[in-house]
Amino acid sequence: MFLINCPYCGEREQSEFKAGGEAHIVRPKQPTELSDDQWAEYLFMRKNIKGIQFERWVHTHGCRKWFNVVRDTSNDIIKAVYKMGEKPPPNK
Amino acid sequence: MKKKYSIFSLIKNAFSYHENWEKAWKDPLPKKEYDAVIVGGGGHGLATAYYLAKKHNMKNIAVVEKGWIGGGNTGRNTTIIRSNYLWDASAGLYDHALKIWEGLSQELNYNVMFSQRGVMNLAHNLQDVRDLKRRTHANRLNGIDAVYLSTEEVKKFCPIINTSPDIRYPVLGGTLQKRAGTARHDAVAWGYARGADEMGVDIIQNCEVKGIKRNVDSIEGLETSKGYIKTKKIGVAAAGHSSVIANMAGLKLPLESKPLQALVSEPVKPIIDTVVMSNAVHAYVSQSDKGELVIGAGTDDYVSYSQKGSHDIVEGTLSAILELYPIFSRMRMLRQWGGIVDICPDASPIISKTPIKGLYFNCGWGTGGFKATPGSGDLFAHTIANNEPHKLNAAFNLNRFVSGDLVDEHGAAAVAH
Repeated sequence: MFLINCPYCGEREQSEFKAGGEAHIVRPKQPTELSDDQWAEYLFMRKNIKGIQFERWVHTHGCRKWFNVVRDTSNDIIKAVYKMGEKPPPNK
Repeated sequence: MKKKYSIFSLIKNAFSYHENWEKAWKDPLPKKEYDAVIVGGGGHGLATAYYLAKKHNMKNIAVVEKGWIGGGNTGRNTTIIRSNYLWDASAGLYDHALKIWEGLSQELNYNVMFSQRGVMNLAHNLQDVRDLKRRTHANRLNGIDAVYLSTEEVKKFCPIINTSPDIRYPVLGGTLQKRAGTARHDAVAWGYARGADEMGVDIIQNCEVKGIKRNVDSIEGLETSKGYIKTKKIGVAAAGHSSVIANMAGLKLPLESKPLQALVSEPVKPIIDTVVMSNAVHAYVSQSDKGELVIGAGTDDYVSYSQKGSHDIVEGTLSAILELYPIFSRMRMLRQWGGIVDICPDASPIISKTPIKGLYFNCGWGTGGFKATPGSGDLFAHTIANNEPHKLNAAFNLNRFVSGDLVDEHGAAAVAH
Protein backbone atom coordinates (compact mmCIF):
# COMPACT_ATOMS: atom_id res chain seq x y z
CA MET A 1 0.00 0.00 0.00
CA PHE A 2 1.38 3.36 -0.96
CA LEU A 3 0.39 6.89 -1.98
CA ILE A 4 0.43 8.15 -5.55
CA ASN A 5 0.77 11.83 -6.35
CA CYS A 6 -1.76 12.30 -9.16
CA PRO A 7 -0.54 15.19 -11.33
CA TYR A 8 -4.13 16.50 -11.48
CA CYS A 9 -5.52 15.80 -7.98
CA GLY A 10 -2.52 15.49 -5.66
CA GLU A 11 -1.57 12.70 -3.29
CA ARG A 12 -4.13 9.89 -2.92
CA GLU A 13 -4.19 6.28 -1.76
CA GLN A 14 -3.07 3.69 -4.30
CA SER A 15 -6.46 1.95 -4.03
CA GLU A 16 -8.03 4.92 -5.88
CA PHE A 17 -5.91 4.08 -8.92
CA LYS A 18 -5.61 1.25 -11.40
CA ALA A 19 -2.28 0.10 -12.75
CA GLY A 20 -1.95 0.09 -16.52
CA GLY A 21 1.31 -1.82 -16.86
CA GLU A 22 4.58 -0.96 -18.55
CA ALA A 23 4.69 2.51 -20.13
CA HIS A 24 6.03 3.64 -23.49
CA ILE A 25 5.04 0.52 -25.41
CA VAL A 26 4.24 2.13 -28.73
CA ARG A 27 1.32 0.84 -30.76
CA PRO A 28 2.62 -0.38 -34.13
CA LYS A 29 2.17 2.20 -36.89
CA GLN A 30 1.64 -0.42 -39.60
CA PRO A 31 -0.14 -3.33 -37.86
CA THR A 32 -0.71 -5.18 -41.12
CA GLU A 33 3.02 -5.46 -41.72
CA LEU A 34 3.88 -7.02 -38.35
CA SER A 35 5.18 -10.58 -38.12
CA ASP A 36 3.74 -12.95 -35.48
CA ASP A 37 6.90 -12.47 -33.41
CA GLN A 38 6.48 -8.70 -33.45
CA TRP A 39 2.82 -9.02 -32.46
CA ALA A 40 3.77 -11.29 -29.55
CA GLU A 41 6.39 -8.77 -28.48
CA TYR A 42 3.88 -5.91 -28.58
CA LEU A 43 0.97 -7.76 -26.99
CA PHE A 44 2.53 -10.05 -24.42
CA MET A 45 6.24 -9.68 -23.74
CA ARG A 46 7.04 -7.46 -20.76
CA LYS A 47 10.24 -6.34 -19.08
CA ASN A 48 8.63 -7.02 -15.67
CA ILE A 49 11.54 -5.22 -14.04
CA LYS A 50 12.64 -5.68 -10.44
CA GLY A 51 13.85 -2.16 -9.77
CA ILE A 52 13.02 1.11 -11.52
CA GLN A 53 10.02 0.64 -13.78
CA PHE A 54 8.25 3.19 -15.99
CA GLU A 55 4.54 2.48 -15.89
CA ARG A 56 1.06 3.85 -16.56
CA TRP A 57 -1.62 4.48 -13.95
CA VAL A 58 -5.16 5.81 -14.15
CA HIS A 59 -6.93 7.67 -11.36
CA THR A 60 -10.08 5.51 -11.61
CA HIS A 61 -11.83 6.84 -8.52
CA GLY A 62 -10.77 10.45 -9.09
CA CYS A 63 -10.14 12.50 -12.20
CA ARG A 64 -10.04 9.34 -14.39
CA LYS A 65 -6.97 10.67 -16.20
CA TRP A 66 -4.01 8.55 -17.28
CA PHE A 67 -0.43 9.49 -16.39
CA ASN A 68 3.01 7.91 -15.97
CA VAL A 69 4.83 6.85 -12.82
CA VAL A 70 8.45 5.87 -12.20
CA ARG A 71 8.45 3.34 -9.37
CA ASP A 72 10.96 1.02 -7.75
CA THR A 73 9.12 -2.30 -7.90
CA SER A 74 11.40 -3.86 -5.30
CA ASN A 75 10.06 -1.59 -2.54
CA ASP A 76 7.14 0.32 -4.15
CA ILE A 77 8.83 3.73 -3.67
CA ILE A 78 7.72 6.20 -6.35
CA LYS A 79 10.56 8.20 -7.88
CA ALA A 80 8.66 10.47 -10.26
CA VAL A 81 5.26 11.18 -11.75
CA TYR A 82 4.76 12.79 -15.16
CA LYS A 83 1.86 13.45 -17.49
CA MET A 84 1.10 11.58 -20.69
CA GLY A 85 3.09 13.02 -23.55
CA GLU A 86 5.73 14.56 -21.27
CA LYS A 87 9.34 13.52 -21.61
CA PRO A 88 10.19 10.74 -19.13
CA PRO A 89 12.80 11.63 -16.51
CA PRO A 90 16.25 10.01 -16.94
CA ASN A 91 16.54 6.52 -15.41
CA LYS A 92 19.09 7.00 -12.66
CA MET B 1 21.65 -44.74 1.92
CA LYS B 2 19.34 -42.75 4.11
CA LYS B 3 17.51 -44.46 6.95
CA LYS B 4 13.83 -44.93 6.24
CA TYR B 5 11.34 -42.93 8.25
CA SER B 6 8.95 -45.27 10.04
CA ILE B 7 7.22 -45.85 13.35
CA PHE B 8 10.33 -47.75 14.46
CA SER B 9 12.74 -44.93 13.60
CA LEU B 10 10.42 -42.59 15.47
CA ILE B 11 10.49 -44.77 18.60
CA LYS B 12 14.24 -45.31 18.32
CA ASN B 13 14.90 -41.58 18.06
CA ALA B 14 12.57 -40.83 20.95
CA PHE B 15 15.08 -42.59 23.26
CA SER B 16 17.73 -40.04 22.30
CA TYR B 17 15.28 -37.15 22.70
CA HIS B 18 15.11 -36.69 18.91
CA GLU B 19 18.59 -35.19 18.94
CA ASN B 20 20.26 -37.74 16.65
CA TRP B 21 18.10 -37.70 13.51
CA GLU B 22 20.34 -37.75 10.48
CA LYS B 23 20.25 -34.66 8.29
CA ALA B 24 17.59 -34.89 5.59
CA TRP B 25 19.94 -33.32 3.03
CA LYS B 26 23.57 -32.25 2.88
CA ASP B 27 24.72 -28.67 2.58
CA PRO B 28 27.39 -28.87 -0.13
CA LEU B 29 29.38 -26.18 -1.90
CA PRO B 30 28.84 -26.08 -5.66
CA LYS B 31 31.07 -28.21 -7.88
CA LYS B 32 32.77 -26.60 -10.89
CA GLU B 33 30.51 -28.25 -13.41
CA TYR B 34 27.12 -29.98 -13.56
CA ASP B 35 25.13 -31.67 -16.31
CA ALA B 36 22.19 -29.45 -15.38
CA VAL B 37 21.45 -26.76 -12.83
CA ILE B 38 17.97 -25.99 -11.53
CA VAL B 39 17.48 -22.38 -10.45
CA GLY B 40 15.03 -22.15 -7.58
CA GLY B 41 14.76 -24.48 -4.58
CA GLY B 42 11.02 -24.39 -4.13
CA GLY B 43 8.70 -27.33 -4.63
CA HIS B 44 8.80 -27.12 -8.44
CA GLY B 45 12.61 -26.88 -8.63
CA LEU B 46 13.23 -29.66 -6.12
CA ALA B 47 10.64 -31.92 -7.74
CA THR B 48 12.32 -31.30 -11.10
CA ALA B 49 15.70 -32.32 -9.69
CA TYR B 50 14.14 -35.38 -8.03
CA TYR B 51 12.58 -36.64 -11.28
CA LEU B 52 15.68 -35.78 -13.34
CA ALA B 53 17.68 -38.06 -11.06
CA LYS B 54 15.03 -40.73 -10.65
CA LYS B 55 13.49 -41.08 -14.09
CA HIS B 56 16.16 -39.69 -16.40
CA ASN B 57 19.26 -40.84 -14.52
CA MET B 58 20.76 -37.34 -14.44
CA LYS B 59 22.55 -37.41 -11.09
CA ASN B 60 25.30 -34.85 -11.63
CA ILE B 61 22.91 -31.95 -11.13
CA ALA B 62 22.37 -29.15 -8.63
CA VAL B 63 19.56 -26.99 -7.33
CA VAL B 64 20.64 -23.44 -6.49
CA GLU B 65 18.43 -21.44 -4.16
CA LYS B 66 18.79 -17.75 -3.26
CA GLY B 67 17.43 -18.21 0.27
CA TRP B 68 16.52 -21.47 1.96
CA ILE B 69 14.58 -24.26 0.30
CA GLY B 70 10.83 -23.88 0.38
CA GLY B 71 11.17 -20.32 1.74
CA GLY B 72 9.52 -18.64 -1.23
CA ASN B 73 6.06 -19.27 -2.60
CA THR B 74 6.21 -22.94 -1.52
CA GLY B 75 5.90 -21.70 2.05
CA ARG B 76 3.50 -18.87 1.24
CA ASN B 77 0.59 -20.49 -0.56
CA THR B 78 -2.71 -21.73 0.85
CA THR B 79 -1.90 -25.41 0.06
CA ILE B 80 -4.96 -26.11 -2.08
CA ILE B 81 -4.75 -29.01 -4.53
CA ARG B 82 -7.36 -29.65 -7.23
CA SER B 83 -7.53 -30.45 -10.93
CA ASN B 84 -10.97 -29.22 -12.00
CA TYR B 85 -9.76 -27.04 -14.86
CA LEU B 86 -11.83 -26.33 -17.94
CA TRP B 87 -9.61 -26.95 -20.96
CA ASP B 88 -8.32 -30.39 -21.95
CA ALA B 89 -4.67 -29.31 -21.80
CA SER B 90 -5.06 -27.94 -18.26
CA ALA B 91 -7.11 -30.89 -17.10
CA GLY B 92 -4.36 -33.23 -18.31
CA LEU B 93 -1.64 -31.20 -16.62
CA TYR B 94 -3.30 -30.70 -13.24
CA ASP B 95 -4.78 -34.18 -12.99
CA HIS B 96 -1.37 -35.67 -13.76
CA ALA B 97 -0.15 -33.79 -10.68
CA LEU B 98 -3.12 -34.86 -8.57
CA LYS B 99 -2.48 -38.53 -9.42
CA ILE B 100 1.14 -38.18 -8.25
CA TRP B 101 -0.04 -36.43 -5.05
CA GLU B 102 -2.15 -39.49 -4.24
CA GLY B 103 0.92 -41.67 -3.80
CA LEU B 104 3.53 -39.06 -2.96
CA SER B 105 4.00 -39.68 0.77
CA GLN B 106 4.72 -43.36 0.09
CA GLU B 107 6.99 -42.62 -2.84
CA LEU B 108 9.07 -40.08 -0.94
CA ASN B 109 8.88 -41.89 2.42
CA TYR B 110 7.93 -38.46 3.72
CA ASN B 111 4.52 -37.53 5.06
CA VAL B 112 3.31 -34.63 2.92
CA MET B 113 0.00 -34.75 4.81
CA PHE B 114 -2.03 -34.93 1.62
CA SER B 115 -5.65 -34.72 2.67
CA GLN B 116 -8.40 -35.32 0.12
CA ARG B 117 -11.01 -33.31 1.95
CA GLY B 118 -12.64 -32.02 -1.21
CA VAL B 119 -12.67 -28.59 -2.80
CA MET B 120 -15.95 -26.80 -3.32
CA ASN B 121 -16.32 -23.86 -5.71
CA LEU B 122 -19.32 -21.61 -5.15
CA ALA B 123 -21.53 -19.89 -7.72
CA HIS B 124 -22.94 -16.48 -6.80
CA ASN B 125 -24.67 -15.35 -9.97
CA LEU B 126 -26.26 -16.85 -13.07
CA GLN B 127 -23.07 -16.63 -15.09
CA ASP B 128 -21.19 -18.50 -12.34
CA VAL B 129 -23.86 -21.19 -12.42
CA ARG B 130 -23.51 -21.63 -16.17
CA ASP B 131 -19.71 -21.54 -16.04
CA LEU B 132 -19.48 -24.05 -13.21
CA LYS B 133 -21.96 -26.44 -14.84
CA ARG B 134 -20.04 -26.26 -18.07
CA ARG B 135 -16.79 -26.88 -16.20
CA THR B 136 -18.29 -29.86 -14.36
CA HIS B 137 -19.26 -31.44 -17.69
CA ALA B 138 -15.84 -30.70 -19.19
CA ASN B 139 -14.14 -32.23 -16.15
CA ARG B 140 -16.18 -35.41 -16.36
CA LEU B 141 -15.42 -35.79 -20.06
CA ASN B 142 -11.76 -35.64 -19.09
CA GLY B 143 -12.16 -38.28 -16.40
CA ILE B 144 -11.90 -35.84 -13.52
CA ASP B 145 -14.34 -36.31 -10.67
CA ALA B 146 -16.70 -33.37 -10.42
CA VAL B 147 -20.27 -32.88 -9.32
CA TYR B 148 -22.56 -29.89 -9.41
CA LEU B 149 -24.29 -29.09 -6.12
CA SER B 150 -27.52 -27.21 -5.47
CA THR B 151 -27.64 -24.58 -2.73
CA GLU B 152 -29.09 -27.18 -0.33
CA GLU B 153 -26.32 -29.64 -1.17
CA VAL B 154 -23.71 -26.92 -0.58
CA LYS B 155 -25.25 -26.27 2.83
CA LYS B 156 -25.29 -29.97 3.62
CA PHE B 157 -21.63 -30.43 2.64
CA CYS B 158 -20.45 -27.36 4.56
CA PRO B 159 -23.09 -26.34 7.12
CA ILE B 160 -21.42 -23.12 8.30
CA ILE B 161 -21.91 -21.41 4.92
CA ASN B 162 -24.58 -18.72 4.95
CA THR B 163 -26.92 -19.78 2.15
CA SER B 164 -29.57 -17.17 2.90
CA PRO B 165 -30.98 -15.66 -0.30
CA ASP B 166 -30.71 -12.13 1.10
CA ILE B 167 -26.94 -11.81 1.27
CA ARG B 168 -25.17 -9.54 -1.18
CA TYR B 169 -23.82 -12.46 -3.24
CA PRO B 170 -26.12 -15.40 -2.46
CA VAL B 171 -24.92 -18.97 -2.93
CA LEU B 172 -26.74 -20.29 -6.00
CA GLY B 173 -24.88 -23.60 -6.17
CA GLY B 174 -21.41 -24.97 -6.42
CA THR B 175 -19.11 -27.70 -7.66
CA LEU B 176 -17.31 -30.33 -5.67
CA GLN B 177 -14.17 -32.25 -6.50
CA LYS B 178 -13.82 -34.90 -3.81
CA ARG B 179 -10.31 -36.02 -4.76
CA ALA B 180 -9.06 -32.48 -4.26
CA GLY B 181 -7.79 -31.19 -0.94
CA THR B 182 -4.70 -29.83 0.76
CA ALA B 183 -1.15 -30.88 1.68
CA ARG B 184 1.53 -29.64 4.02
CA HIS B 185 3.43 -27.20 1.79
CA ASP B 186 6.85 -27.28 3.53
CA ALA B 187 6.82 -31.07 3.65
CA VAL B 188 6.59 -31.22 -0.14
CA ALA B 189 9.80 -29.23 -0.52
CA TRP B 190 11.55 -31.14 2.26
CA GLY B 191 10.43 -34.53 0.98
CA TYR B 192 11.64 -33.83 -2.56
CA ALA B 193 14.89 -32.33 -1.23
CA ARG B 194 15.57 -35.43 0.87
CA GLY B 195 14.75 -37.73 -2.04
CA ALA B 196 16.88 -35.78 -4.53
CA ASP B 197 19.78 -35.49 -2.09
CA GLU B 198 19.77 -39.24 -1.59
CA MET B 199 20.22 -39.76 -5.32
CA GLY B 200 23.22 -37.43 -5.35
CA VAL B 201 21.67 -34.08 -6.28
CA ASP B 202 23.50 -31.11 -4.72
CA ILE B 203 21.06 -28.74 -3.01
CA ILE B 204 22.86 -25.46 -2.60
CA GLN B 205 21.14 -22.88 -0.43
CA ASN B 206 22.02 -19.19 0.00
CA CYS B 207 23.31 -19.25 -3.55
CA GLU B 208 21.92 -16.43 -5.65
CA VAL B 209 22.20 -16.45 -9.42
CA LYS B 210 23.94 -13.23 -10.52
CA GLY B 211 24.26 -13.81 -14.22
CA ILE B 212 23.89 -16.31 -17.04
CA LYS B 213 26.78 -16.87 -19.40
CA ARG B 214 25.78 -17.72 -22.94
CA ASN B 215 27.22 -17.59 -26.39
CA VAL B 216 25.10 -16.73 -29.40
CA ASP B 217 22.55 -19.52 -29.11
CA SER B 218 23.42 -21.73 -26.14
CA ILE B 219 24.13 -21.77 -22.43
CA GLU B 220 27.66 -21.97 -20.97
CA GLY B 221 27.15 -21.54 -17.26
CA LEU B 222 25.95 -19.31 -14.51
CA GLU B 223 27.49 -16.78 -12.17
CA THR B 224 26.34 -17.23 -8.57
CA SER B 225 27.11 -15.72 -5.17
CA LYS B 226 29.08 -18.94 -4.52
CA GLY B 227 31.14 -18.72 -7.69
CA TYR B 228 30.89 -19.68 -11.35
CA ILE B 229 29.19 -22.96 -12.27
CA LYS B 230 29.70 -24.46 -15.71
CA THR B 231 26.69 -26.21 -17.21
CA LYS B 232 25.03 -26.80 -20.55
CA LYS B 233 21.49 -26.96 -19.21
CA ILE B 234 19.69 -24.56 -16.91
CA GLY B 235 16.12 -25.16 -15.77
CA VAL B 236 14.59 -22.10 -14.17
CA ALA B 237 11.82 -22.55 -11.61
CA ALA B 238 12.08 -19.15 -9.97
CA ALA B 239 8.37 -18.20 -9.74
CA GLY B 240 7.97 -14.44 -9.23
CA HIS B 241 11.60 -13.83 -10.15
CA SER B 242 11.49 -15.67 -13.48
CA SER B 243 11.69 -12.44 -15.47
CA VAL B 244 14.74 -11.35 -13.48
CA ILE B 245 16.57 -14.56 -14.48
CA ALA B 246 15.27 -14.31 -18.05
CA ASN B 247 16.58 -10.75 -18.34
CA MET B 248 20.05 -12.05 -17.35
CA ALA B 249 19.96 -14.27 -20.42
CA GLY B 250 18.62 -11.47 -22.61
CA LEU B 251 15.19 -13.08 -22.88
CA LYS B 252 11.82 -11.44 -22.36
CA LEU B 253 8.89 -13.44 -20.98
CA PRO B 254 5.14 -12.73 -21.15
CA LEU B 255 4.96 -12.37 -17.37
CA GLU B 256 3.99 -9.79 -14.80
CA SER B 257 4.96 -10.34 -11.16
CA LYS B 258 2.39 -9.26 -8.62
CA PRO B 259 1.85 -9.62 -4.88
CA LEU B 260 -0.65 -12.27 -3.79
CA GLN B 261 -1.72 -12.26 -0.17
CA ALA B 262 -2.85 -14.86 2.31
CA LEU B 263 -3.58 -14.87 5.99
CA VAL B 264 -4.22 -17.23 8.88
CA SER B 265 -6.39 -16.84 11.94
CA GLU B 266 -5.84 -17.91 15.50
CA PRO B 267 -6.24 -21.70 15.88
CA VAL B 268 -9.69 -23.00 16.78
CA LYS B 269 -11.35 -26.40 17.05
CA PRO B 270 -12.33 -28.17 13.79
CA ILE B 271 -15.05 -26.12 12.11
CA ILE B 272 -14.56 -26.50 8.36
CA ASP B 273 -13.52 -29.93 7.02
CA THR B 274 -13.20 -29.01 3.36
CA VAL B 275 -11.85 -26.23 1.15
CA VAL B 276 -14.33 -23.63 -0.08
CA MET B 277 -13.42 -21.30 -2.91
CA SER B 278 -15.51 -18.50 -4.19
CA ASN B 279 -14.65 -16.97 -7.51
CA ALA B 280 -16.99 -13.99 -7.68
CA VAL B 281 -16.15 -12.56 -4.26
CA HIS B 282 -12.58 -13.88 -4.24
CA ALA B 283 -12.55 -15.60 -0.91
CA TYR B 284 -11.25 -19.02 -0.16
CA VAL B 285 -10.90 -20.74 3.13
CA SER B 286 -9.79 -24.02 4.64
CA GLN B 287 -8.56 -25.07 8.06
CA SER B 288 -5.06 -26.26 8.81
CA ASP B 289 -4.33 -29.26 11.01
CA LYS B 290 -3.25 -26.80 13.69
CA GLY B 291 -6.74 -25.30 13.59
CA GLU B 292 -5.95 -22.01 11.90
CA LEU B 293 -8.26 -20.79 9.16
CA VAL B 294 -6.14 -20.44 6.03
CA ILE B 295 -7.50 -17.65 3.87
CA GLY B 296 -6.41 -16.72 0.38
CA ALA B 297 -6.87 -13.18 -0.88
CA GLY B 298 -6.34 -11.75 -4.34
CA THR B 299 -3.49 -10.15 -6.24
CA ASP B 300 -2.78 -6.48 -6.59
CA ASP B 301 -2.97 -5.19 -10.14
CA TYR B 302 0.49 -3.59 -10.24
CA VAL B 303 3.92 -5.17 -10.71
CA SER B 304 5.78 -5.48 -7.44
CA TYR B 305 8.52 -7.63 -5.94
CA SER B 306 8.07 -6.20 -2.44
CA GLN B 307 6.26 -9.26 -0.97
CA LYS B 308 3.73 -6.82 0.45
CA GLY B 309 0.21 -6.40 -0.82
CA SER B 310 -2.42 -3.71 -0.34
CA HIS B 311 -4.65 -3.55 2.67
CA ASP B 312 -7.83 -3.10 0.64
CA ILE B 313 -7.29 -6.51 -1.01
CA VAL B 314 -7.30 -8.20 2.41
CA GLU B 315 -10.26 -6.10 3.51
CA GLY B 316 -12.27 -7.15 0.45
CA THR B 317 -11.56 -10.84 1.03
CA LEU B 318 -12.37 -10.68 4.73
CA SER B 319 -15.64 -8.85 4.19
CA ALA B 320 -16.68 -11.56 1.72
CA ILE B 321 -15.66 -14.28 4.19
CA LEU B 322 -17.68 -12.65 6.95
CA GLU B 323 -20.80 -12.53 4.84
CA LEU B 324 -20.42 -16.15 3.76
CA TYR B 325 -19.42 -17.38 7.24
CA PRO B 326 -20.99 -15.15 9.90
CA ILE B 327 -19.65 -17.61 12.51
CA PHE B 328 -16.13 -16.22 11.90
CA SER B 329 -17.08 -12.67 12.83
CA ARG B 330 -15.03 -12.63 16.02
CA MET B 331 -12.03 -14.58 14.75
CA ARG B 332 -8.74 -12.75 15.01
CA MET B 333 -6.22 -12.95 12.24
CA LEU B 334 -2.74 -13.90 13.40
CA ARG B 335 -0.50 -13.49 10.39
CA GLN B 336 -0.73 -11.99 6.94
CA TRP B 337 1.87 -12.14 4.20
CA GLY B 338 2.46 -11.70 0.50
CA GLY B 339 4.21 -13.76 -2.13
CA ILE B 340 5.24 -12.64 -5.60
CA VAL B 341 3.45 -14.58 -8.31
CA ASP B 342 4.34 -14.54 -12.01
CA ILE B 343 1.19 -14.24 -14.05
CA CYS B 344 0.84 -15.16 -17.72
CA PRO B 345 -1.60 -13.29 -19.98
CA ASP B 346 -3.68 -16.50 -20.33
CA ALA B 347 -3.36 -17.52 -16.65
CA SER B 348 -1.71 -20.80 -17.66
CA PRO B 349 1.86 -21.82 -16.93
CA ILE B 350 4.88 -22.14 -19.21
CA ILE B 351 6.91 -25.38 -19.06
CA SER B 352 9.06 -24.96 -22.08
CA LYS B 353 12.24 -24.75 -24.04
CA THR B 354 13.36 -21.26 -25.02
CA PRO B 355 15.04 -19.88 -28.15
CA ILE B 356 18.34 -20.27 -26.25
CA LYS B 357 19.61 -23.85 -26.40
CA GLY B 358 19.91 -25.43 -22.94
CA LEU B 359 17.75 -22.83 -21.21
CA TYR B 360 14.37 -24.03 -19.96
CA PHE B 361 11.66 -22.20 -18.08
CA ASN B 362 8.99 -23.45 -15.72
CA CYS B 363 7.07 -20.33 -14.81
CA GLY B 364 3.84 -18.39 -15.11
CA TRP B 365 1.98 -20.48 -12.53
CA GLY B 366 0.51 -17.27 -11.19
CA THR B 367 -1.77 -17.75 -8.25
CA GLY B 368 -2.07 -21.54 -8.46
CA GLY B 369 1.26 -23.32 -8.74
CA PHE B 370 1.37 -25.32 -5.53
CA LYS B 371 -1.22 -27.87 -6.63
CA ALA B 372 0.86 -28.75 -9.67
CA THR B 373 4.19 -29.23 -7.87
CA PRO B 374 4.74 -32.98 -8.49
CA GLY B 375 3.37 -32.94 -12.05
CA SER B 376 5.25 -29.77 -12.91
CA GLY B 377 8.52 -31.28 -11.67
CA ASP B 378 7.93 -34.50 -13.57
CA LEU B 379 7.09 -32.78 -16.87
CA PHE B 380 9.82 -30.15 -16.55
CA ALA B 381 12.37 -32.91 -15.88
CA HIS B 382 11.15 -34.71 -19.01
CA THR B 383 11.47 -31.50 -21.03
CA ILE B 384 15.01 -30.81 -19.79
CA ALA B 385 16.26 -34.40 -20.17
CA ASN B 386 14.85 -34.95 -23.67
CA ASN B 387 14.98 -31.36 -24.93
CA GLU B 388 11.38 -31.99 -25.98
CA PRO B 389 8.16 -31.51 -24.02
CA HIS B 390 6.09 -34.40 -22.73
CA LYS B 391 2.69 -34.58 -24.46
CA LEU B 392 1.06 -33.28 -21.27
CA ASN B 393 3.02 -30.01 -21.29
CA ALA B 394 3.34 -29.57 -25.06
CA ALA B 395 0.52 -26.99 -25.05
CA PHE B 396 2.27 -24.99 -22.33
CA ASN B 397 5.12 -23.83 -24.54
CA LEU B 398 6.53 -20.34 -24.76
CA ASN B 399 5.72 -20.16 -28.46
CA ARG B 400 1.97 -20.10 -27.82
CA PHE B 401 2.22 -16.34 -27.34
CA VAL B 402 3.47 -16.07 -30.91
CA SER B 403 1.17 -18.68 -32.49
CA GLY B 404 -1.87 -17.46 -30.57
CA ASP B 405 -2.72 -20.95 -29.31
CA LEU B 406 -3.36 -19.75 -25.75
CA VAL B 407 -4.78 -21.86 -22.92
CA ASP B 408 -7.19 -19.33 -21.49
CA GLU B 409 -7.93 -20.38 -17.93
CA HIS B 410 -8.90 -16.97 -16.57
CA GLY B 411 -12.43 -17.39 -15.27
CA ALA B 412 -12.34 -21.09 -15.96
CA ALA B 413 -9.72 -21.75 -13.31
CA ALA B 414 -12.57 -21.33 -10.83
CA VAL B 415 -10.97 -18.40 -9.10
CA ALA B 416 -10.52 -14.87 -10.35
CA HIS B 417 -7.00 -14.07 -11.47
